[in-house]
Order: sequence, then structure tokens, then C-alpha cells
Amino acid sequence: MLDRRDLVRQLLIDRGDLLVVSGLGSATYDVAAAGDHPLNFYLWGAMGGTAMIGLGLALAQPQRRVAVLTGDGDMLMGIGSLATIGVKQPKNLAIVVLDNAHYGETGMQASHTKAGIDLVAVARACRFREARAIARIEEAAAVRKLLHEGDGPILVSARINEEDVPRVLPLRDGHAIKQRFIAALNGV
Amino acid sequence: MPTGTILHTPNKIEASWPDAIYGHFQRVDVRQVGYVPDAGHSRLIALCQADPNIADVVLTTEEEGVGLVAGAALGGQRAALLMQSSGVGNCINMFSLLRNCGFGCVVLVTMRGELGEFNPWQVPMGAITDDVLRLSGFLTYRIDDADDVDDLVGAGCDMAFDGNLQVAFLLAQRLIGRKQWVR
Repeated sequence: MLDRRDLVRQLLIDRGDLLVVSGLGSATYDVAAAGDHPLNFYLWGAMGGTAMIGLGLALAQPQRRVAVLTGDGDMLMGIGSLATIGVKQPKNLAIVVLDNAHYGETGMQASHTKAGIDLVAVARACRFREARAIARIEEAAAVRKLLHEGDGPILVSARINEEDVPRVLPLRDGHAIKQRFIAALNGV
Repeated sequence: MPTGTILHTPNKIEASWPDAIYGHFQRVDVRQVGYVPDAGHSRLIALCQADPNIADVVLTTEEEGVGLVAGAALGGQRAALLMQSSGVGNCINMFSLLRNCGFGCVVLVTMRGELGEFNPWQVPMGAITDDVLRLSGFLTYRIDDADDVDDLVGAGCDMAFDGNLQVAFLLAQRLIGRKQWVR
């Protein structure tokens, strides 16, 4: 099992111009803990929508790489978006599901993945070019390489441990997060 | 139990109002269009699919399109959504994304459940579509007459994308043609 903070930090090391969308709750805190960055689009709501924001961004910026980092609960709520992404086949989009098999934000109730529902198999069935599960930190470097160079769409389910970690709270003002992101993307 | 073929009023479905909407998509440089397949939008969908400058994104459910609009805007592209009135209800929480961040968005809603609707299951959502959109932060404009589509949708596209506003058009059943159930 992986330590979520350690994993996300390793995935985002030397990130260059990688565009990052983080799902509400712990994924947003993990991305913030790895270091605040103007090319982070932090979600604090819109549960289920993270992967689709990644798709819209990937289609709009085909020359850039887009990484969606989110939790199993958010991915399950937006499970149909895996089919939608599979139709469009964006080469520059990768999704990392930080899967602790629980809804951390609401009191650690078990999620569907706890019962063996397999998001990697769903992604494969949705024609993702690469879909794998990881559970060892030694695999982080290979996943980081996928985020930067892999042929998408990619989904990685990272089996993280259930341990509760301190919250690291980034910007919450949606307008500010958006404007900062767009300015950074345009090199303003 | 009624059985038979479902048809749309043929003269209406061949009307040119979808071309007027598509013309505004081109004019304001809409580059992504999300939709759940819909008979009333079939011509507009086909026009978008045939346009190499537009990414047409078929959705499994309408709220996916709200995320698409946000992602497109982050990446510097304008996006529009096409849906049926029933789809508006699927989007309510996701619409908060547009309000929270100020993403400009144009939604074209083909209405069901209006006066004369054959299928009562369409009525509850059709009857509250306008209210739901307004409560969700949209400016809503109803269009009954095909002759109004060009002016109104053009003005709405400008408001949405120049002002980062959320604008929805309710395309009345009178405009799109009522679904005809033929035994």
C-alpha cells in the first residue's frame, strides 16, 4: 500500500508545464501538499466531474499534458466519463485514482472498490490505451513518466493506505483558481 | 397499449434554425460541443460532427458536459452543450462549477413535456426546466418561433462568452416539432 502524500509528491516532481486537475477532498489536499502551483485546478466540489474537466482541457490543449488526480469516490460518481473519454481517445490525458476504497471526507465509509469493483478493468473496457494498478512506491517513477510521455488515455489506480493525513488547504475561490490557471497557461 | 413508430413533424425537423445556431458557433469560435443524442438536436449535432474545428463529445449523461465546458475554458476554448429538458435535471450540482468559477457557457435545451406532450413521464421535468436553470444561475430565454433563433442565440452567445455568464435557451416544442406517436 502507498502513502498518498509520498506518491503524489513523486508524481508531481519536476512537473514542468504539466496541467493538473484535482478532485474534491483528499486529492485536492494531496496535490496542494505536493506544492501549490498555478497550473493546478483544485476542485472543492462538482463531485464526479474531475475526469471530464480533464477531457475538456486535454482537447483544448492537445500539445500539453493533462493529469487528473482524484479519489475513488469521485471517479465512481463519474464512471460514465471513462466511456466518454474512451470515445475521444485523448493521447495527452492521464487519470490517477488515489484509491483507498473509502470515502475519506465523510467518515471513511467503504466505497465500491472496497467490494472489488475494478476501475482498471472498467478503463480497459472503455478503450483506455493504458490501465494499471500500482501498490508500491517503486512504481511511482514509471507512472510519473506515463503522465509526461504515455500514450493516453491512461488510468492508474493507486492503492493507497487508509491512513488519515492532515489537510493541506489550497485556494478555495473558484474565480481566483481559474484566473491563475489561465494566466499561467498563457504565460502571462 | 399504443405501439408504433415515433416520428417528428417532418417539415419542422428539416427547418433551418439549427443552421443559425451552428453559424453562431462558428462566429464566436465554439470549439467543443457536448451532447447526449437527441432527435430535436439531430441536425445541429450532425453539423458539429462534420466540422473539423469542433470537437463533438457524446456524453453518457448531461452533467459530464458541464465538466467539459469548464475544462475547455481552462484550456482557452469555448464550449456549448446540447441537451433535452430532462437532461437539465441531471446537471444541477455540476452547474455549481460554472457559478463558482465563472465559466461562460451556452446551453441549448430542446423542450419536452410541454402542452400537448404525449408522454406524461416527460412532463414533471419539462415543467420545471426553466426554474431549475434559473435557480442554478442561468439566464434563460425561451424561443417559440424559428425566426427568433438567429437573433436571440447570437446575442446569448455574446453575453455568455464575453461576460463569462451562463446562458440557456429553451427551444419550445412548438419550434422543434412535437413528437408524433403513430400507431
